[in-house]
Amino acid sequence: MAKNIEDLERLTSSQDLEALKNRVLPRIAIRKDPQAKPYNDVTHHIMICCDTGCASSGSMAIVDSFKKELAARNMEKSVDIVVIGCHGFCEMGPLLVVYPDDYYYIRLRPDDTSEIIEETIINRRPVPKLLYHDRETLRPIVRYNEIGFYAKQNRILLANCGHINPEDVEEYIAYDGYKALAKALTQKDQTDDLLMEVKKSGLRGRGGGGFPTGRKWELCRQAPGETKYIICNADEGDPGAFMDRSLMEGDPHRLLEGMIIGGLIIGAQEGYIYVRAEYPTAVKRLKNAIAQAEAIGFLGENILGSDFNFQIHIKEGAGAFVCGEETALMRSIEGQRGMPTTRPPFPAISGLWGAPTNNNNVETWANIPGIILNGGDWFASYGTEKSKGTKVFALTGKIRNTGLAEVSMGMTMREIIYDIGGGIQNNKKFKAVQIGGPSGGCLPESMIDRPVDYDSLVEAGAMMGSGGLVVVDEDTCMVALAQFFLTFTRDESCGKCTPCREGTTRMLNILNNITKGKGKAGDIELLEELARNVKLSALCGLGQTSPNPILSTLNYFREEYKAHIYEKRCPAHHCVDLITYWIDPDRCIGCGACRKKCPVQAIDGSPKKPHTIDVGRCIKCGACFGACRKNQAIFKK
Amino acid sequence: MSPVVAQSSALDLTKLEPIFEYYKKMARGSLIPVLQAAQESYGYLPTAVLETIADRMKAPISQIYGVVTFYSQFRLLPRGKHVIRTCQGTACHVRDSSKILETLKSALGVTPGGTTIDQMFTLETVACLGACSLAPVMMIDNEAHGRLRPDRVIEILDKYRK
Repeated sequence: MAKNIEDLERLTSSQDLEALKNRVLPRIAIRKDPQAKPYNDVTHHIMICCDTGCASSGSMAIVDSFKKELAARNMEKSVDIVVIGCHGFCEMGPLLVVYPDDYYYIRLRPDDTSEIIEETIINRRPVPKLLYHDRETLRPIVRYNEIGFYAKQNRILLANCGHINPEDVEEYIAYDGYKALAKALTQKDQTDDLLMEVKKSGLRGRGGGGFPTGRKWELCRQAPGETKYIICNADEGDPGAFMDRSLMEGDPHRLLEGMIIGGLIIGAQEGYIYVRAEYPTAVKRLKNAIAQAEAIGFLGENILGSDFNFQIHIKEGAGAFVCGEETALMRSIEGQRGMPTTRPPFPAISGLWGAPTNNNNVETWANIPGIILNGGDWFASYGTEKSKGTKVFALTGKIRNTGLAEVSMGMTMREIIYDIGGGIQNNKKFKAVQIGGPSGGCLPESMIDRPVDYDSLVEAGAMMGSGGLVVVDEDTCMVALAQFFLTFTRDESCGKCTPCREGTTRMLNILNNITKGKGKAGDIELLEELARNVKLSALCGLGQTSPNPILSTLNYFREEYKAHIYEKRCPAHHCVDLITYWIDPDRCIGCGACRKKCPVQAIDGSPKKPHTIDVGRCIKCGACFGACRKNQAIFKK
Repeated sequence: MSPVVAQSSALDLTKLEPIFEYYKKMARGSLIPVLQAAQESYGYLPTAVLETIADRMKAPISQIYGVVTFYSQFRLLPRGKHVIRTCQGTACHVRDSSKILETLKSALGVTPGGTTIDQMFTLETVACLGACSLAPVMMIDNEAHGRLRPDRVIEILDKYRK
């Protein structure tokens, strides 16, 4: 159990830190060694993921059920229920791990808990029906690192996620947490050397552009001025990306440690974490982590007994995608409308309140402790020549294993999608993978055997972005996908510069027409011209990259655009204005399943007589289509 | 956001005092946190509250209005008993979130931003809830509902109506 803030003792040296670590280790020993001695008679740890994903699948009910069940059996003193952050395999949630036996149970329901207590806690046997079953061999897999989803990953950044209690700083310390900070403080008069390690690591910004982190820090460090700020951009606004949320929810101290070390190297006294409002759990965990770090002496005055002082504040965003752009983000922290400003001056010279400011995202900051502790060369031993280290990807869309996967840079997209992601849902055909959010692009089948790194993606007309991978199958219309992104950028455009404000609106109008069957000759060429102009003339990075989804779909899926425009046909049967649902009277047996499923009562018919769809009422939701699948009487055309 | 600003007759402005007190120590950049805290306690941002904030923070009301209307989180009108936020993210899009939104619109008879006549539900859209692995997703108040289908949406709404 995590201690209360007031019970944490203040550490004043690296020896104190080492001593505390050694005191905490026996408490968690059974997680590392199945033969370890129980600590205070606690024989088992049940680690339950209560990250946003698992929580919405009902993990809190599992926690409650365990507590009740254990209390009823008088076992609450021998079993610790530990609420953990994301294990990454959200598809299988709610999930848990039982130590010391290291059994991994998935897709749980509250009534599974008594069986787990009976079999696994008391008899120390696995419960086969709750284990993950391999898709091909259909055999149960007992331990999670033997599952295909994890086997090809390289979890160095997410090492603690799902293994420690994110609300307990002592557990982080037991896993070598804050050791990098202690090491950095011993070299605090040679911050040149520390900066050298960051440069040597080859770490590039994980938020999108991929600018070398060490060089960015150096610019801010060299900038004149006594007061300097660092910012953690946790405004993870790219739809389809949630690795930063998982890091903040699952291992918040790693982020804090990275920022404190960054403050030391750059020469800043204060740091801000700008978190989006849609992440309440992340905010809660970070606030708790900051309070603990202050109490224990990692934040505030005289950190670990040194003369280094550093503070971290949390700023909650208020819902504006453009605030992910660094100049807009700083205006938002200052309390203004979050609109980008022109550069120069660059934030490294004049940023927050006019002071030199360094901005990195969550994943970038969280990589710092590992680099300082193990050295830049260690980090650079992972990855490709120009893209070092690992990258966390969020796998979503029409993929079997949705979740988070951390892999070395340079793995091919095919390995990520098929070996880790398990391939496409419902045995459909792969069509494309969209990467990089609204600023990114998509890669078709022909491009997915290339190694994934910053430069290869740009060459292919996409970009790393924050690493959201949305897999689409043959049922996804690529014109509608581009339309979706343009709707997003149009809505989120701050309106300051004309090319973005008007350009996204014009491009969207054309796409809307095309998907409604009102496209005309010349639309494609006009789109391309508009896209080129917006790219060249918009004020900020978000505006400049907003045409990318159009350009990349036009590049790889031009035929689909043409089918919509010239044949008034949506090849993926997706665009509702270009399809209708109808019931084949010869096949319909009048079972009424479709009528019951229809949310707008558009289906009419008496039992055992062929039914009909009222086309005027039908919202084309497809519920009937799914309901009828057995009889195959309903068609899209 | 609608430029119409709702008026409320019996508004207890003293609820703002602890908020001003709390953010007093934070000299710079406290406008957005103050607005967030005020909205938390009133449910929305009535004119009188905005005027008081302008007065106490020595900022022109135009500036405050500018900030309030820039961010999607701030609301100038009261909301229904339950707030439905349906996700429009990419992962939800490719798993047919548009059908979820259409179902909500026709079941509630409102468009995004609107509140049902019985003041039961406010329908909002959100760019991404970050629960992409459960797409399509909607959040009602603070509870996320994932792996939605049009017919399940209706069932879930019925639960909240009770």
